[in-house]
Amino acid sequence: MQKPTLVYTTYIRSTPKKVWDAITQPKFTRQYWGGLALVSDWLPGSTWDMATSGAKPEIYTTGKVLESAPPKRLVLSWVDPENLKDVSRVTYEIEIVKDAVCLTVTHDQFKARSTMPGRVNGGWPRVLSSLKSYLETGKGLAAAKCG
Amino acid sequence: MDAVFKALADESRRKLLDVLQKNNGQTLGELGAHLDMTRQAVTKHLRLLEAANLVAVVWRGREKLHYLNPVPIHEIAERWIGKYERQRLQALGDLKKGLETKPPNKKG
Repeated sequence: MQKPTLVYTTYIRSTPKKVWDAITQPKFTRQYWGGLALVSDWLPGSTWDMATSGAKPEIYTTGKVLESAPPKRLVLSWVDPENLKDVSRVTYEIEIVKDAVCLTVTHDQFKARSTMPGRVNGGWPRVLSSLKSYLETGKGLAAAKCG
Repeated sequence: MDAVFKALADESRRKLLDVLQKNNGQTLGELGAHLDMTRQAVTKHLRLLEAANLVAVVWRGREKLHYLNPVPIHEIAERWIGKYERQRLQALGDLKKGLETKPPNKKG
């Protein structure tokens, strides 16, 4: 078993269903992910895209849904659309801990010499604290784009 | 937020986070090897860091791996740093880092 590279957790005063919806529905992701939409039907094998909104969406990240168990676990491949060989893996785990939801994001299985760890390791804390603010207060944070 | 400040208000715990930042995902034994602390002291500090959510834990079989979790630190920064100050602060931080780490140019 390989050692994961990046692990982030945040405790959110919310429910697993709300956290799942906030991760998987573009109308919610736009509110806290620097305006970006994460789009997919989130079924295993489907494609997902992270893209700007508007008539000519620009795709920032793409990949496949590897596992999908709402509202507990979502595993995605994370692919740089400009370098399709740069594939890594992102796992979302949602669990109830006392009166909060613990959301853990693990980003691992980076390819050798991938530039992705350096591009996302500042972005994930921003996105996750923005998500927490959004779910708890109804407002995401300004400037919360990953990478 | 109190737990985060309390956890950060100790040099040994900040050192532990520094060690994790350099090499993320270490066991208790590996962490102890880098630090001049007893195993009990490392355990105690890690417990506080975990409680403050500054350290995330992943079990790999029977091994407990510790990861630096910067999310709460980001939340603190968000509280007091405004939208438009971020880039200027980043530039100032980079300048300070650059000036402090590079030896001054020799006069030629």
